[in-house]
Amino acid sequence: MIWARPAPPSSDKRWKMVEAAMRRHGYRRDALIEALHSAQEAFGYLEEDGLRFVAQSLRLPLSLVYGVATFYHFFTLKPPGRHTCVVCTGTACHINGAPALLGMLEREFNLRPGQTAPDGSLSLVTARCVGSCSLAPVAVVDRDLMGKLTPEQLHRRLQGCRRHDAG
Amino acid sequence: MTPDELQRAAAAERDAQRKFEHHLHVCTAAGCLSAGSGHLKQALEQEIAERGMHGVCRVKGVGCMGLCSAGPLVSAEPEGWLYGQASPEDVPDIARSLIEGRPVRRLLVPSDLPFFRRQLKVVLENSGRVDPERIEDYIAAGGYAALTKALSEMTPEEVIREVTASGLRGRGGAGYPTGLKWSTVAKAPGAEKFVVCNADEGDPGAFMDRAVLESDPHRVLEGMILAAYAVGARYGYIYVRAEYPLAVQRLRTAIRQAERAGLLGDRICGTRFGFAVEVRLGAGAFVCGEETALMASIEGRRGAPRPRPPYPAQQGLWGHSTLINNVETLANVPPIIERGGAWLAGIGTPRSTGTKVFALAGKIINTGLIEVPMGIRLREIIYDIGGGVPEGRRVKAVQTGGPSGGCIPEEHLDAPVDYESLAELGSMMGSGGLIVMDEGTCMVEVARFFLEFSAGESCGKCVPCRVGTTHLYELLNRVVRGEADAGTLSALEELADVVRQTSLCGLGQSAPSPVLSTLRYFRPEYEAHVREGRCLAGSCGSGDKR
Repeated sequence: MIWARPAPPSSDKRWKMVEAAMRRHGYRRDALIEALHSAQEAFGYLEEDGLRFVAQSLRLPLSLVYGVATFYHFFTLKPPGRHTCVVCTGTACHINGAPALLGMLEREFNLRPGQTAPDGSLSLVTARCVGSCSLAPVAVVDRDLMGKLTPEQLHRRLQGCRRHDAG
Repeated sequence: MTPDELQRAAAAERDAQRKFEHHLHVCTAAGCLSAGSGHLKQALEQEIAERGMHGVCRVKGVGCMGLCSAGPLVSAEPEGWLYGQASPEDVPDIARSLIEGRPVRRLLVPSDLPFFRRQLKVVLENSGRVDPERIEDYIAAGGYAALTKALSEMTPEEVIREVTASGLRGRGGAGYPTGLKWSTVAKAPGAEKFVVCNADEGDPGAFMDRAVLESDPHRVLEGMILAAYAVGARYGYIYVRAEYPLAVQRLRTAIRQAERAGLLGDRICGTRFGFAVEVRLGAGAFVCGEETALMASIEGRRGAPRPRPPYPAQQGLWGHSTLINNVETLANVPPIIERGGAWLAGIGTPRSTGTKVFALAGKIINTGLIEVPMGIRLREIIYDIGGGVPEGRRVKAVQTGGPSGGCIPEEHLDAPVDYESLAELGSMMGSGGLIVMDEGTCMVEVARFFLEFSAGESCGKCVPCRVGTTHLYELLNRVVRGEADAGTLSALEELADVVRQTSLCGLGQSAPSPVLSTLRYFRPEYEAHVREGRCLAGSCGSGDKR
């Protein structure tokens, strides 16, 4: 039986990026992680359809693809909120006040690491170390790195995100 | 490129650079970028253009200058001025200072600080000087001369002989002799071999590899090509963290440029030697820094380690002999080939030769990236280079080696920095994260912090690590909360010993080190938590319970 490459799950143009990444690696199975990176970059997270599509394209069992996607912390299977706050919990940040940042987020936003607010406005994640130890403690809000951060500054910034959405 | 062509290219670029009277180097490594150096560079370029100085002054983005705590940093050459914490508002003054020949005093960072004087730069010699996104700049600074020399004058055996003579040891932390590793791979049977650059820098508080990749990616590439020539590999991978997008982007640019210059790909420099490199992204698994887990990840699988032997040199990627070296190790290779192994062997101590790059962070005044000769004392690093602890507080401990290392107390700060001395103290060289803790840091809480890390990053394959690290974490939790009893500390010690001796890979084997080293040096702190429910550092909240 001749095997045909599967069609993308939908007509969404972003699947072209995923297909291009797999093609660039000659549809080699060892480039699975590269394919997952491209899918997450395109869609913000890995959805079930995407995992199926990658598995079929690379001729890998879905169980294996799921196993890889859940093994690595960088991949997420849940859609992120409109804004993302990454609090660094590396050693330098830890001893310089990262726990206070997390405490504020739990108190004021009712968010613990890994959670997204019910209204989908904000996701909180932690990073093992973002490598900006000179600026400890740091957080990354929507790709914007904020250093020597106090809980108050972070609170203001995140409130600003919400107001911006509302306005 | 032949050696002659390379020299001509270098001379042409140097001539082009000499046309400018002034050079403004703006640090565009991650630390300064996040302090705003991107906007600063734009503002400088605009100011220079508006003043009609673009013919005499060149603004160039460079890699890390080291003193990250004073970022964003700008240096003026040939004046030799270093400006710190510069903002776009300072730009007119900076431009005027070049015309008037007088530095802007309020921005000036003294260049004779011990921070600069006590360092010795080998790996970082180009860092903060060359533009990491231009191969011409690297070539003008003498780059790729080692490669063309090796290919035109040396056999692979001679390359290995120089690396062996240099005494270079693995900078990823374990310190395995690099020359020995190379000759094992070179001698291994089989036509297909691989070279892997381990850039999966996972220790929290460590950003040396990131800085090297962002500041001087061609140097790592050159070291890798030399390694491939020496061991007979035709294909290589750079396994780099996806969390370092700037390093990834600069590496990819460097690979493209080297290919175009005929320094990578088929028939390198017109010889029969060919080598291709591919970047592979990690995906946030600490265990993938372990070499067998790293290989599993490159093969597209879950990053679970396997027992060694067989070592990667015997059975690596897809069963083929594979050489795995860390970023900093490879960055040491070009100068060894150019200046000879004996040159590097003359730096440092007899058993730990050369230099080591450290990322200095925590409770210290001068945070940043430093490179020091091996054998320097920890005290010199912390007080002379680091400037001591802020607010005149005392150093309590220095953490090296991340979650695999330990805490070295103040009374041992006169220990020399070499692989053996740090191991004897119950820590390790590690990849180079060096975090200073002061009196306000609770050491039990620090141990708990690292065990939470190791338990969360355990891949789950072997029982001692999967269950043991979690249980160690829970025991430490009990101590911190003041819920421990007289048996808790001995239970901690016993379990730490089991996990250390029976885990499958380095992650589990070294995960107990933070517990054992803090128990060894700070036992009274543990006892105060257990007996009185009191934190001697007053920081972990234990005292609030009673």
